Amino acid sequence: MRLKLIATLSIAALLSIASAAVSPRNSNAAAPPAVSKVQDADTMRLEGEKRFRANCGRCHAAPHKFPPRMMATIVRHMRVRATITDEDMRFVLYYMTQ
Amino acid sequence: MQYLPKFLAHRSTPAPVSRWRCALFLGVLVFPTLLVAQTYSADNPVPILTGNAGFFTNVQAGKAEIVSEINPVILVPLGDHWLIEARGEFEGDFQRKDWGDGPYGGQVGKELNYLQADYIVSSSVTVTVGRFLTPFGIYNERLYPIWIRDLQSTPLIFPIGTGSSNGAMFRGGFPLNAKVNLNYATYFSVSSTNNTLDSDRTAGGRAGLFFPGPRIEVGASWQKLLQKGRNNGFGFHFAWQPTPLPLNLRSEYARSNLGSGYWIEAAYRLSQIRTWNKFMRRAEAVGRAQQLFAGQITEDDAAEYGLPALNTHEADFGLNYYLQDGLKAAASYGRQFSADGNFNLWNVGVAYRFALPLGRTELQ
Repeated sequence: MRLKLIATLSIAALLSIASAAVSPRNSNAAAPPAVSKVQDADTMRLEGEKRFRANCGRCHAAPHKFPPRMMATIVRHMRVRATITDEDMRFVLYYMTQ
Repeated sequence: MQYLPKFLAHRSTPAPVSRWRCALFLGVLVFPTLLVAQTYSADNPVPILTGNAGFFTNVQAGKAEIVSEINPVILVPLGDHWLIEARGEFEGDFQRKDWGDGPYGGQVGKELNYLQADYIVSSSVTVTVGRFLTPFGIYNERLYPIWIRDLQSTPLIFPIGTGSSNGAMFRGGFPLNAKVNLNYATYFSVSSTNNTLDSDRTAGGRAGLFFPGPRIEVGASWQKLLQKGRNNGFGFHFAWQPTPLPLNLRSEYARSNLGSGYWIEAAYRLSQIRTWNKFMRRAEAVGRAQQLFAGQITEDDAAEYGLPALNTHEADFGLNYYLQDGLKAAASYGRQFSADGNFNLWNVGVAYRFALPLGRTELQ
């Protein structure tokens, strides 16, 4: 019985730690890309707009801007759906949340 | 077999579970999540209910049909790496009964297009499991929603290689260098005959190169049927959005035992026309030419897949008007030519895209 209890708790702990490990400690989805050399906010916005038109505009017209937390979900969905790159996603999210 | 009742009896007898054990289990499960919640930044994504709804009237060879459609999409992000997403399709096709003299009647079709869990492993790999849209060409995954598609009728070759699959998929996109990005999707699907979750046992994938400078994408798809027939299918796609013009050019080619064919489509936003610019910038003119060469399948099979049984070609012209964000009015005219007879296709209607948060959206 004790063995079962230990096993159950171990599984629960592993699941929990795994979910915590994949969750962000500091979500920086809208933050400037670390790899980017550009620092200036205007340049970031311009780059974001350029990448938005190149990636998103391939399929659909520009939507209006949603609140940042919604936009973060939409951009993640589009990252998977349209297989856009990680860097493009970050620039687009920055542009769409400014 | 004699052990079965005993086994079932054992399984059906609930084990005594004490309260402290439940509390401990929940505590261990929830504690790290609470830690994360405390340190979570305010811009974390929120679950969303989105999708589109549309109402259209089609007239094909003189027969009128009213189509109403709603496609709800649920997006549930979990942590920084997970996304659970699902899309349903409810479509009512209503035609006049009694040889065109009676009232409109018909059925509402229900489909589960996808129900998938995506895990973003790294910047270039996402693993998807569940039911997903088959990555073959670009129309099925990217252009199918009615608020996105430029012409409401799907291309003649659309049923080739597309639909939904049940299984696992690896996909992603990453820059090869400063001038070109590679995107890919590869999958394996199991066979299912369930009405809602039907799929074939297949393997396949798609790979594309996107050149962000000239905004050109070229790619190829392949598919292998791993059940009766063991047929191969392949396709190519091309998309170009020239920078100086509000023009979208797209094209696909597909070939399998079901048939082969292509479509080429151009959509031009009239924003550069100065006359009545306030009106014109919201309008979009669309043209599409397409051809299908029927495959070696019976007429019944062709009907089941939604393909013409004979060689067919078609030309369509349309006009879209973007009334406001997410709301579009669309009208089109087309003519189809085949040995079965030529006829006109008319379509007029509206499509609306909605997006609602399922939680707080304001920053904390």
